[in-house]
Amino acid sequence: MEAHVVSNAVVAGLVAGALYTATRVRKSRFWSESFRELGRRRPVALAAIAFYVALGLADSVAWLDSGAQGIAAHRPRSLVDRLFPAEFQERSYSAPLAFEEFYGGAGLRFPGQHWLGTDILGRDVLHMALKGARVALLLGGLTSLIVIPLALLFGMSAGYFGGRIDDAVFFAISTLSSIPSLLLLIALIVALGRGPLQVCFAMGVTGWVSFSRVIRGETLKLRELDYVAAARALGASESRILLRHILPNVMHLVVITFVLLFSGMVLTEAILAFLGIGLDGSWGQMIDQARDELARDPIIYWNLTAASVALFGLILAVNLVGDAIRDILDPRTVRENV
Amino acid sequence: MLAYAIRRLAYGFLVVLGVLGLLFVLFFLYAKPIDIARRAVGEKAPSAVLQTWIAQHGYDRPWPEQLRDHYWRMLSFDFGRSDIDDVPISRRLSEGAGPSLSFTVPAFVIELLLGVGLALFVAYFRDTYIDRMGVILAVLSMSVSILLVIIAGQYVFGKLLNWFPISGFDPDPALLPRFIAMPVLIFALAGIGGEIRFNRTLFVEETSRDYVRTARAKGAGDGRVMVRHVLRNALIPILTHVVTAIPFLFTGSLLIESFFGIPGLGAVTVDAIQSSDFSTLRVMVYIGALLFIVFQIVTDFTYTLADPRVRLE
Repeated sequence: MEAHVVSNAVVAGLVAGALYTATRVRKSRFWSESFRELGRRRPVALAAIAFYVALGLADSVAWLDSGAQGIAAHRPRSLVDRLFPAEFQERSYSAPLAFEEFYGGAGLRFPGQHWLGTDILGRDVLHMALKGARVALLLGGLTSLIVIPLALLFGMSAGYFGGRIDDAVFFAISTLSSIPSLLLLIALIVALGRGPLQVCFAMGVTGWVSFSRVIRGETLKLRELDYVAAARALGASESRILLRHILPNVMHLVVITFVLLFSGMVLTEAILAFLGIGLDGSWGQMIDQARDELARDPIIYWNLTAASVALFGLILAVNLVGDAIRDILDPRTVRENV
Repeated sequence: MLAYAIRRLAYGFLVVLGVLGLLFVLFFLYAKPIDIARRAVGEKAPSAVLQTWIAQHGYDRPWPEQLRDHYWRMLSFDFGRSDIDDVPISRRLSEGAGPSLSFTVPAFVIELLLGVGLALFVAYFRDTYIDRMGVILAVLSMSVSILLVIIAGQYVFGKLLNWFPISGFDPDPALLPRFIAMPVLIFALAGIGGEIRFNRTLFVEETSRDYVRTARAKGAGDGRVMVRHVLRNALIPILTHVVTAIPFLFTGSLLIESFFGIPGLGAVTVDAIQSSDFSTLRVMVYIGALLFIVFQIVTDFTYTLADPRVRLE
C-alpha cells in the first residue's frame, strides 16, 4: 500500500480515537473537571498545542493530483503542502521576503513569496518549519501511543502479581535504565541500522522504561488498598480487578508521564539529528543543517531561527501544560518516580 | 547491613551482566558481520577482503564462543582494538577521560551550587513574584534545545564579542581556562532550569512540615530555617540526583565536545557513531552503564550518612 494511504488511515484512526476519548472524558466527572480546570489555567498553551496537532494532522492527509504530469503525478501533496504553490523551490538561499537570490542577486522564481526565506537547497523555510510539526508529533505521540499499552501490560502485571513476573520486569527496567538514556538510544539506533523506524523503536524502549516503572510502582501501592481487597472478596476475577479497579487508577499517571516524556523525546531528537541519526524533516535536522550558517558573512539566521522558534513553542507549551496537569491530577507521586 | 551490602552488590553485578547481554544481542546477533566489515574496510571492497577482515576480527566464530569472549573481555576490561582504525580502545578511554573531566567537573560544581542556591532563594520567597518569575524562567530554559544554546553561545561570545575562542582545546594550565570557559558555562546552564525547579519543589514541600514550625517557634530566623533545617532534610533526593549525574562527567557531553573540539570521551563516542565503529561504541555504552550502576550503589549507601533514620536491610 502507498505511504500516503497508510498515513491518511492513521489520521482517521487517531481522530476516531480522539472523539471516543472525548466522549469518555465527558462521561467521567473526574476527567471532565480536570480538563476544564486545565483549560482555565493554561488556555494559551492548550491552544498552541491544538495548533501544532492540527498542523501535524493536516500534513498527514495527502492525496495525488489527478491532472499532474511526470514526477508530480507520483508525489502526493498534503494539506500543508497545498498552502504553498507547487514546486515552491529556488536554486539556493533567499532572505525572507527577498526578490533576488541571497548570493549573486539572480532573480527568484517566486519573488517576495518566501516569508521566512529559503535554505541552501532553495526550499521554503516556513514550509519546512510547518512540516516539522508532523515529525515531532509522530515521534513523541505515535511512539508513546504504541508503547503505553505495552507498559501498562508489563507494569500492571508486575506490580499486581509480583513473584517471577515482577522479578523479570523489574530486572528489565533496571538493566535498561542503568544505561545512560542517550547512549542507549544511540546503541539501539546504530546497531539496528539507522532509519526512522529504528529511531521510534529506540525512543519507544526508553519510554517503556519510564512508563512501566511508574505504573509498576503505583500498582504495588494500589493492590494493598481496601477496595481491591473488597473486589477480590466479592469474587471478581484477576483480569476484572486489573481492568476495572487498577487501570482507571493509574491512568492519571499515564497522562502525566506521557506529557513529561513527550517534550524530552522531541528535544532528544534534536541531539540525535546533530549526531546524524535523527529523523528526516525534523526541526532538529533543520537546526543541525543551519549550524554553520551563522559563520557565513553576511550571516544567514532565518533557518536557525524558524526551526528553533517552532521547536521552542511546542516544547514550552507542552511543559506548561504538563506542569498544570501534574498539579491538577497528582501533586506528589510522579515527581518521586520520573 | 552486611547482608544488604552483599545482596545489593550481587544485584548490581546481575544488572551489569544484563547490560552486556543486551549489547551482545544488539552488536553481535543483530548486526551482520558483513555490514560491519563493509563499514570498516569500505563499501566497494572485494568480498575476499571482507571475509579476511571478518575472520581477523573474530566475527565469523560461532555465537556461543563470541558470547563467552564478549563477556570475558568486557568483565576483565580488555577492550581490544577499534574495528575501524585498530587503535586500542583502552588508550582512547584513558586519553579522553582527562579532557572530558577538565570541563565537566567545574561545570558540575557550578551547576550544583547554583542549582541548590537559587532553588533555596526562590523557595524562600515562595508564593511571591520572585518565586513565580524563577519558576517561569526555569521552564523557559528547559524548553530551549541545547543545540541552539551551543550555536548561539558560540556566535555571541565567540564571534561577535570575541571573548573566548570558538573552539579548540589545550591541556596547558595557562591556556586551559580560556578554552573551557564556554563549554563549562553551557554544560552548567543546560541542566540548571530543571535542577532549580526540582530542588524548589523539594524545599517548598519541606517548609510545610511540622519541624519547620517548631524551629520558627523556637526563634530561628528564616534564613537559618532554610539552610539548617530545610536544606538538610531535602538532602536525600538531592543526593540521588547528584550521584546519578556523576557518570555523565566521565562520558562528557557528546554535543559540547564535538562543537568545541574537546578531545574527550564524548568526542570518541561521536566519532564511533559517525564511522559505525561498533567495537568502540559498545565499550562506551558498557562504561557508561557500569559507572551508573556503581554510583547508584554508592548512593544507596550514602543514604545512611545523610539520614540516620534510613536502615539498609
